[in-house]
Amino acid sequence: MQNNTNRSYYLVPYFGWMMLFVIAPLVLVIYFSLFDLHGNFSFINYQNFFTSVYLKLTLSSFWYAFLITAFTLAIAYPTAYWLTKTKHKQLWLLLIIIPSWINLLLKTYAFIGIFGVKGPLNKLFESMGIGTQQILYTDFSFIFVSVYIFIPFMILPIFNSLDKMNPTLIDAARDLGSSTWTTFTKVIFPLTINGVKSGIQAVFIPSLSLFMITRLIAGNKVITLGTAIEQQFLVTRNWGMGSTIAVFLIMFMVIIMILTGQKDKGALSNEQIK
Amino acid sequence: MTDNTIIRFENVTKSYDSATPVLNNVSFEIERGKFYTLLGPSGCGKTTILRLIAGFMEPTSGDIYFNGNKINHVPANERQVNTVFQDYALFPHLNVFENIAFGLRIKKLKKEEITRRVLEALKFVNLEGYENREIVEMSGGQKQRVAIARAIVNDPEVILLDEPLSALDLKLRTEMQYELRELQQRLGKTFIFVTHDQEEALAMSDEIFVMNAGVIQQSGTPMDIYDEPINRFVADFIGESNIVPGVMIADYRVQFGGKDFECADKGLSPNEKVDIVIRPEDLEITTVDRGKMTVKVDTQLFRGVHYELSTFDKDGNEWLVHSTKKAAVGEEIGLDFDPEAIHVMRLNETEEEFDKRLESYGEENHAK
Ligand SMILES: Nc1ncnc2c1ncn2[C@@H]1O[C@H](COP(=O)(O)OP(=O)(O)OP(=O)(O)O)[C@@H](O)[C@H]1O
Ligand SMILES: [Mg+2]
Repeated sequence: MQNNTNRSYYLVPYFGWMMLFVIAPLVLVIYFSLFDLHGNFSFINYQNFFTSVYLKLTLSSFWYAFLITAFTLAIAYPTAYWLTKTKHKQLWLLLIIIPSWINLLLKTYAFIGIFGVKGPLNKLFESMGIGTQQILYTDFSFIFVSVYIFIPFMILPIFNSLDKMNPTLIDAARDLGSSTWTTFTKVIFPLTINGVKSGIQAVFIPSLSLFMITRLIAGNKVITLGTAIEQQFLVTRNWGMGSTIAVFLIMFMVIIMILTGQKDKGALSNEQIK
Repeated sequence: MTDNTIIRFENVTKSYDSATPVLNNVSFEIERGKFYTLLGPSGCGKTTILRLIAGFMEPTSGDIYFNGNKINHVPANERQVNTVFQDYALFPHLNVFENIAFGLRIKKLKKEEITRRVLEALKFVNLEGYENREIVEMSGGQKQRVAIARAIVNDPEVILLDEPLSALDLKLRTEMQYELRELQQRLGKTFIFVTHDQEEALAMSDEIFVMNAGVIQQSGTPMDIYDEPINRFVADFIGESNIVPGVMIADYRVQFGGKDFECADKGLSPNEKVDIVIRPEDLEITTVDRGKMTVKVDTQLFRGVHYELSTFDKDGNEWLVHSTKKAAVGEEIGLDFDPEAIHVMRLNETEEEFDKRLESYGEENHAK
């Protein structure tokens, strides 16, 4: 008993941290969401959220997040697979991870330079005779830059799960008659599904609340839940509505976490069989 | 090459990046419907041969034939071969039933047939009732048996088994040895079985390939290999044996341990240095004056069926003796043996030369 109470003291910093930086802000957000523009207690913000403006906004936010996640996955999975096959895989992995250490804003500004009307890409287009194109402030540039930024976060978990997989399993699948494609769909992918899920979590959830890139690269043509919150707080100064959107954003995140939650079967047994 | 040949290796060499090849110029033939064993110490290249047959890699040089067709570049999934892997390689995301059904599902068989065949395979490996278990819930030995079931259920022409019994306890292991052998005979399939356990190899095989360092040292029936080992390595690896250096004085006369003996070998150059093998069970204990050789008993162990004596002659050569009679430790005893018990091995003799020499004895009515 003595031991037990002693041990629970160690949890104090953890609980303190949770209270201060997780629970308290959450409570505050919910609290603010319950006041209208004039500081009166009401559910008006929640009612407003279910109007077409905000529903459309939510839908488009999900749509862009989906596109970003899909493209990131399509690029990251083959890359991670190729990485596990290379000789110096840790080195290659490091090279792919390093850009994620550079500040997001710096990278974004770099793309403004590259994609700009006077940027190197347009110079190339001109020399090829295509002429100057408006690349910045388009859906394309928004998704391209977002995908670029999120790729390392998708590669890492997929690489880890591929690397953990026993390579003899691929031989076994081939031995039992499966083609390269069936080997992938019936063995490799199911065994790395947890890595994929972690990757989706790491990309989809932040994509919902992107706001810097939407302004700088997409020129506010794309409005995500993140942009909406930012504008409610900084432009409209409607803290109540901003908080309400934030509450919904948090709810969406929780739902996504649950949907992409790990069924332990694959990963666990994958480790134990080794 | 006969019509019955199903697999043929022709001067196959396999090397990874290093200079020394893992398989060095290996040639052999596998006949349909027989039980073959690859026997050799760890790292000698047994798994490598299986991987080449299964199609997980291609030889660096040389050719592999299957039913007379060159298959160097045929991918694994198109080969009529199934493997029981050394580390089982069961799919952790599928349960026992689905693991075994994997190959059948790829062939798109009917549901009822898949169920019937999977249950039949489970029955064979004594795992009835385990079909809904997850792989993590199986013990090492059970996993091995699932792996065997997963291979046989596909009814391939050749089954490759990479040390499939190594994780089983002695009783189950002996049982599975009988059952595998029985299954092989019932199905009439070709089995290529890898082991480093010589007793297992002797008990199960029609034909044994003894390997060392990427080379097949000797191939033959268990009897051939046990009775006529080609060199020191094979003699030592297959069963316990006394191996001492000797000199072939003339035909039918060999000298070792400071004495001349009559033997059954001939056709070697006079005074050629050789290795002599006498199996411990061919040595008989008698009195000193009756024995052909005098040795001193060093230790004696009771082995159940027999006593195992370690004895030394005057030159300091050790002689192991298996005897039902007891001897006293420290005492001098005589050892008696037949001329046929002496097996003479030339140093560095190739398998062809060795076979030719053995055949020449046969022509002269050599009783063996
Ligand atoms: N991928 C590889 N790269 C380099 N060397 C390898 C590779 N696989 C095997 N080898 C080497 O090839 C040799 C033969 O390996 P192999 O697996 O055929 O041995 P084995 O006879 O099956 O041994 P064991 O009884 O331990 O299973 C070994 O020396 C091993 O180190
Ligand atoms: Mg092996």
